[in-house]
Amino acid sequence: MNKFYHTLKTLFLLGWSIFVVFPFLWALTTSFKDANAITSGATYIPWVDFEPSTQGWTSLFTTGSKGINIVGPFIDSAAVTLIASCISLMLGTLAAYGLSRFEYRLGFVKNADITFFFISQRIMPPIVLAIPFFLMLKELGALDTILGLVLVYIALLLPIAVWVMSDFFSGIPKELDEMAMTDGCSPIGAFFRVILPNSVPGLVVAGMFCLIFGWNDFFFAFTLTFTETQLLPVSIVSLNSSVTPWWSLSAFALISVAPLACVAVIVERYMSRGTMSGAIR
Amino acid sequence: MLQIDHLTTVDLKVSLDNISFLFEAGNIYTILGRTGAGKTELLRALMGLNPLVDGDIKLDGKSLAKRPIRDRDMSLVYQQFINYPHLSVLDNVAFPLRRQGKKKAEAQSLASEILATVGLSEFLQRRPAQLSGGQQQRVALARAMVKHSRILMLDEPLANLDYKLREQLREEFPRLVAGNDDSVILYTTTEPREAMELGNTMIIMNNGRIVASGSPADLFAHPPTKDAASVISDPPISFISGFVRSKALYFGEGQLAPSGGLKLPPDGPVTIALRPDAIEPGGAFNATIGLSEFSGSETIIHLDFDFGRAIMLVEGIHTFETGDALSVSIQAENIMLFAPNGRNITTRTNQDG
Repeated sequence: MNKFYHTLKTLFLLGWSIFVVFPFLWALTTSFKDANAITSGATYIPWVDFEPSTQGWTSLFTTGSKGINIVGPFIDSAAVTLIASCISLMLGTLAAYGLSRFEYRLGFVKNADITFFFISQRIMPPIVLAIPFFLMLKELGALDTILGLVLVYIALLLPIAVWVMSDFFSGIPKELDEMAMTDGCSPIGAFFRVILPNSVPGLVVAGMFCLIFGWNDFFFAFTLTFTETQLLPVSIVSLNSSVTPWWSLSAFALISVAPLACVAVIVERYMSRGTMSGAIR
Repeated sequence: MLQIDHLTTVDLKVSLDNISFLFEAGNIYTILGRTGAGKTELLRALMGLNPLVDGDIKLDGKSLAKRPIRDRDMSLVYQQFINYPHLSVLDNVAFPLRRQGKKKAEAQSLASEILATVGLSEFLQRRPAQLSGGQQQRVALARAMVKHSRILMLDEPLANLDYKLREQLREEFPRLVAGNDDSVILYTTTEPREAMELGNTMIIMNNGRIVASGSPADLFAHPPTKDAASVISDPPISFISGFVRSKALYFGEGQLAPSGGLKLPPDGPVTIALRPDAIEPGGAFNATIGLSEFSGSETIIHLDFDFGRAIMLVEGIHTFETGDALSVSIQAENIMLFAPNGRNITTRTNQDG
């Protein structure tokens, strides 16, 4: 019976892996096809099913009618996402620590209300925020700039950081902070010397969420930029012409996914809550 | 010398109620009380972790009440074995020394010495999570001791350990804290035996107040109040309503109680306290066995008398059936009397008063 379940589990995982990996395989093979290979049916093995072509990849690094150069948008996207994520994570972590450790009361507003206020920013549909953001950036002269996008993304990513880190800090016993203070730390010293080093899994999760949301955002990147600044998800739109260049789109998709996939692989080992074991028993 | 004056806290699970006490350096004070008596709250208030609404804490005459936690020259070992999970055992113990500004090598050297004292030399590079419960608590103890604070506070440090480890650490404790002659050591516990074994001075707390203090032997023999007698007795002391009339002591509805050697108070109601050793098998009092339980080499028997329930302790393992009848005697020399206000009014005829 055990063997049967083991086989069933293996088959299920195999099927699921194919389901997950297949789109990448499809994108990879398509990125090495030309127009003829694309229209000649489903083919997957280069040199056997079709003659590979690097047209899809080279079109992403050339300007003019043959393609677009994505180096600029890639750098812009990376800069906006990284700066906004880092600032959001930093501010969000401090805010979450404050909310998890100190009691705030302003009339009827308490800690839970403040936390909900942060989360509520993500409840609103993006279109509701787009117009105020547009008007504010226009007033600041920050439309179509990296600075403008960074400010908007901080507003969008901060709630995620506060939410994830609040939940994480509430799982760290307060006695650990107290112990650090009895051992000679100031309250802020206790945070940086003891709590923060033990919050790596939470920081990694919150950071990953920020990077994913920031990197993949299309709506605000589209509505708040025109010509000077262009982020990766928007630049893909400009690839469309009378004939959809599937080979370029596929190469583009793989390049878009690559940074996040690399980050995920690197930080995967930190994404466990087990590091708090041994703090308190 | 640590002096606390009128220490009062509110809005906590247990509020401290106007506590005053003088702690002398070089002494081990065991603070005994039931759960919720205010022991932990007292230590936290001393440490600065619980805010005071009134009162002052003075160390050598200097007020600590407004000093930050880190400047109070105190160490605290929690009931839960709290260690820094991201640091090795060595770095855990060196942590407070590093905060004092010592160089890393010096801090680690001092930490190694203290870890050798608590028997953890082999585990310097391990993380706390890789140690057993007893070892983790030793790390916490070593970290508290390495600072040589003027006040070392241990909040039920053995409570979360299994029986064997608890016994072992209890035996080792005097050796571990030896040499802290400049320090005041405060040790809270719920176990009377632990409090009596470890402390030079015992303090009994109840409902956020100190209800008694003194040497363990004196407090055990002459608990000043009913609350103190109840807390300090293990197995539990039995309290039975009674009264004094015409120079005779009566249980409950009027059964004559032994009172030889007791100087009885004026006529009126009293509470008669029977320690388990006040009752012995064989005698004039008839009882029914309510419950019989083994406690190692002794048997604890819960007896139902006409006038109430009391506990008897018998050496050795005996088998009694619930519901069986048993005749017992009650030794007047082990009886204590308490006034209706809870004050101990026991006076022996060979005592002055």
